[in-house]
Amino acid sequence: MAEAFSFEVVSPEALILGGEAIAVDVPGAEGYFTAMANHAPFMTTVKPGVVNVKMADGAVERIFVRGGFADVSPTGLTLLAEHATMVKDLNVEELDEHIQKMRDDLAELEGDKKVRAERILTQLSEGRAEVMIEMN
Amino acid sequence: MASLKELRNRIASVKATQKITKAMQMVAAAKLRKAQMAAEAARPYSERMAKVMANISAGMEGSENAPKLMAGTGSDQTHLLVVATAERGLCGGFNSSIARLAREKARALMAEGKTVKMLCVGKKGYDALKMEFSDILLDVVTFREVKNVGFAQAAQVSEQILAMFDDGDYDVCTLFYSEFQSVISQIPTAQQLIPANVSSEESADEGDVDDVHYEYEPGEEEILEDLLPRNISVQVFRAILENAASEQGARMSAMDNATRNAGEMIDKLTLSFNRQRQAQITKELIEIISGAEAL
Repeated sequence: MAEAFSFEVVSPEALILGGEAIAVDVPGAEGYFTAMANHAPFMTTVKPGVVNVKMADGAVERIFVRGGFADVSPTGLTLLAEHATMVKDLNVEELDEHIQKMRDDLAELEGDKKVRAERILTQLSEGRAEVMIEMN
Repeated sequence: MASLKELRNRIASVKATQKITKAMQMVAAAKLRKAQMAAEAARPYSERMAKVMANISAGMEGSENAPKLMAGTGSDQTHLLVVATAERGLCGGFNSSIARLAREKARALMAEGKTVKMLCVGKKGYDALKMEFSDILLDVVTFREVKNVGFAQAAQVSEQILAMFDDGDYDVCTLFYSEFQSVISQIPTAQQLIPANVSSEESADEGDVDDVHYEYEPGEEEILEDLLPRNISVQVFRAILENAASEQGARMSAMDNATRNAGEMIDKLTLSFNRQRQAQITKELIEIISGAEAL
């Protein structure tokens, strides 16, 4: 049995999920990484996608995050996400609406901001696709 | 002296007012509980954020590449004051004390020859400030239609603040809100948002972190750049939550006072009502007796 470590997914409005986990897959800025017990201290931004949590009791939880920030410290993993929802509670229509709105806004932007917004949009769409696969 | 009928009407009207203030007090108490819970739920996020910010920025201090949001633009000529107040009145001195603090600060800055701009969040602050500062009031954001003010609203405000910073509209941004201490005490507070004021205390009590060598992905600067705007939304969100709790607390004590005052008034009115009724009875008796004697 793998060693357990403590982790928390926090949004500004509430603690989404916390507890003991064996492994947590996080969509980091430069690709997915899996945090396990005694991971080296590590900080990264998180891109939109699905966080996969294998809890200490064997249950698997999936959380959709719309970007955020992960902090792996010797005491555990903290994921700060502005929008985080359990995949099973996710409202796809709402997400689509958000994506559509971003697409509309994109047309008005220019230069640096446009590049950044485009990147976020692509990541969001990828994250959405991922959710759809898991749901079906 | 008012007639018996007038007194009776006045007692009835004060009683009706008392019922309203009592109901408002109870509603405020229930809302306060909710607001406090919301503030509590938001605490882990902002605490974590502050800790991470302190960690990273400690390493960045004095660095030339520090983002502008942290280091500032190098000048402090133009100030933006963001004044967060409530949407409704009837909550004691809550709105006016925030507005007063902002007004004093604005006057002090203007006396120093600085340019001041203002952004109001909440209708009441706007009402209080529009007379004196109509030419520097840029905008007012109200959440009147929003039932539960959440992070989305805070993000909207901070987006506006950041967009103005990107356009170079100001150098220093200060946020005014009321910090919730208890039901009877709310402290109007001014907090500097930009340049970010990362206190070194927080990193000090995290002494163990200094020994840990962190790895950053993509890099320290990129993370900080990503984190600073987020931090501003978190600060704004926290201010909005504190404000919500303070507003309800202030309303609760204001309505408690009003209810008690109405009670005293009813007592006084009832007393003079009874006295007058007794006087009338006595008068009638005298009339009957003197009428009987005359026979």
